Amino acid sequence: MRLLDADSRHTIRFQLNGKAVEGVAAPRMLATDFLREALGATGTHAGCEHGVCGACTIRLDGKAVRACLLYAVQLEGRNVQTVEGLAGHDEELSAMQTAFRKHHALQCGFCTPGILMSLSQLLEEEPGADEARIRDCLSGHICRCTGYHGIVAAALEVFEAHRRSGGESGRERTDV
Amino acid sequence: MKPAPFSYALPRTLDEALELLHEYGSEARILAGGQSLAAMLNMRLATPKVLIDIAELPELQTISRRCNHVEIGAGVTQAELMAWPELADTQPLLTMILPHVGHYQTRQRGTICGSLAHSDPSSELPLALALLQGEVVLRSKRATRTVAASDFQTALMTTDVGDDEMVVACRFPVADGNRQFGFREITQRHGDFAIVAIAAHSTENGVRLAAGGVADVPAAIDWPRLSDRDLSDALNDFAWQLGGNDDVHATARYRRDLVRRIGRTIALEVIDAPA
Ligand code: FES
Ligand code: FES
Repeated sequence: MRLLDADSRHTIRFQLNGKAVEGVAAPRMLATDFLREALGATGTHAGCEHGVCGACTIRLDGKAVRACLLYAVQLEGRNVQTVEGLAGHDEELSAMQTAFRKHHALQCGFCTPGILMSLSQLLEEEPGADEARIRDCLSGHICRCTGYHGIVAAALEVFEAHRRSGGESGRERTDV
Repeated sequence: MKPAPFSYALPRTLDEALELLHEYGSEARILAGGQSLAAMLNMRLATPKVLIDIAELPELQTISRRCNHVEIGAGVTQAELMAWPELADTQPLLTMILPHVGHYQTRQRGTICGSLAHSDPSSELPLALALLQGEVVLRSKRATRTVAASDFQTALMTTDVGDDEMVVACRFPVADGNRQFGFREITQRHGDFAIVAIAAHSTENGVRLAAGGVADVPAAIDWPRLSDRDLSDALNDFAWQLGGNDDVHATARYRRDLVRRIGRTIALEVIDAPA
């Protein structure tokens, strides 16, 4: 059993975007603050900090989840993917990021990292998702700028291109 | 929006978790998916000394269909139950409500049992448990006991779970193939808490209907087959019995109106549907 004392800081080791990382945190530290402040990974945004807005969404062992409802200590040994992991090594934007740019799917960009993480899981697991399903997935995110139409248009374009190209190829799966 | 300090325990077995709970009692809180609890901690509506994380305990990960009920372990997430291939055959009401429980992202961590333990009056799973007369299995270091839905939720966001007890599973009856099920809710945004949620199923001689979002706990009622007019009267009486309060989302009057209207639609839907 692990019992981590409230008043001490504990070392946490996990995989962040494919690299082994470690940092220290007290049990009460939110995963969002840990990523941003302890590890400098500021791509993940903190909005409401109670699970409502979706800005903090990361992928934990592949699943898009709220980082503000997770504590840093819960990341121990896990595989975490954040928006920083989406672009290629050459910093080339992923297909979804490119489509977001093309369709003006972001203005201030505050909500964008979270939305990209949710859509990346949906595209991997349900490449056949239709507009209703995409909107259902987006209902877990609040965007105060765009009115969502650009986001839906970008997602639809990528899902369709993904289907046309036969979907399942390895490169495509990680490229989103 | 940062929680007060707490210690974090990650037991490896259920026995270890129960031992901790025995030791810390009311100073501990069980953490499963955390989709309600972490929000409460962040807002400091809860300030436990110790969090006992049971999300990954191997004993709590199973969905098993017994002869007349399906048992869902406390580690099973809402998304996992939704993806369980036997769900539609086993209990169609759960298939209907799960897409309304939170959002894509929260269902991947939020658990079925956690939602019952949190017992928000407007959430869908407690409503389903009340309508279907399910059960909750509680365990402490001392004993295991089973509590009927009607005894589990005792008051507003309050349950019968003792200080040294935890929910280890819940049980929903397997649906009788002749029953028809219906569900509808009104929310500000898909996935938000319901202003009013209604679930119902046909019975041998009528309908059983439950309402969430109005009273402090979900309420269920049985009616024989009623004439059109009697159904309206019965729904009106039921709506007034539920009480309900004005809040930022809706007035009590609007809530009663929704009970009458949606209640009628759903009751007729399940009664008239071809078997
Ligand atoms: S910051 Fe996590 S959902 Fe808003
Ligand atoms: S782009 Fe500003 S909130 Fe979405």
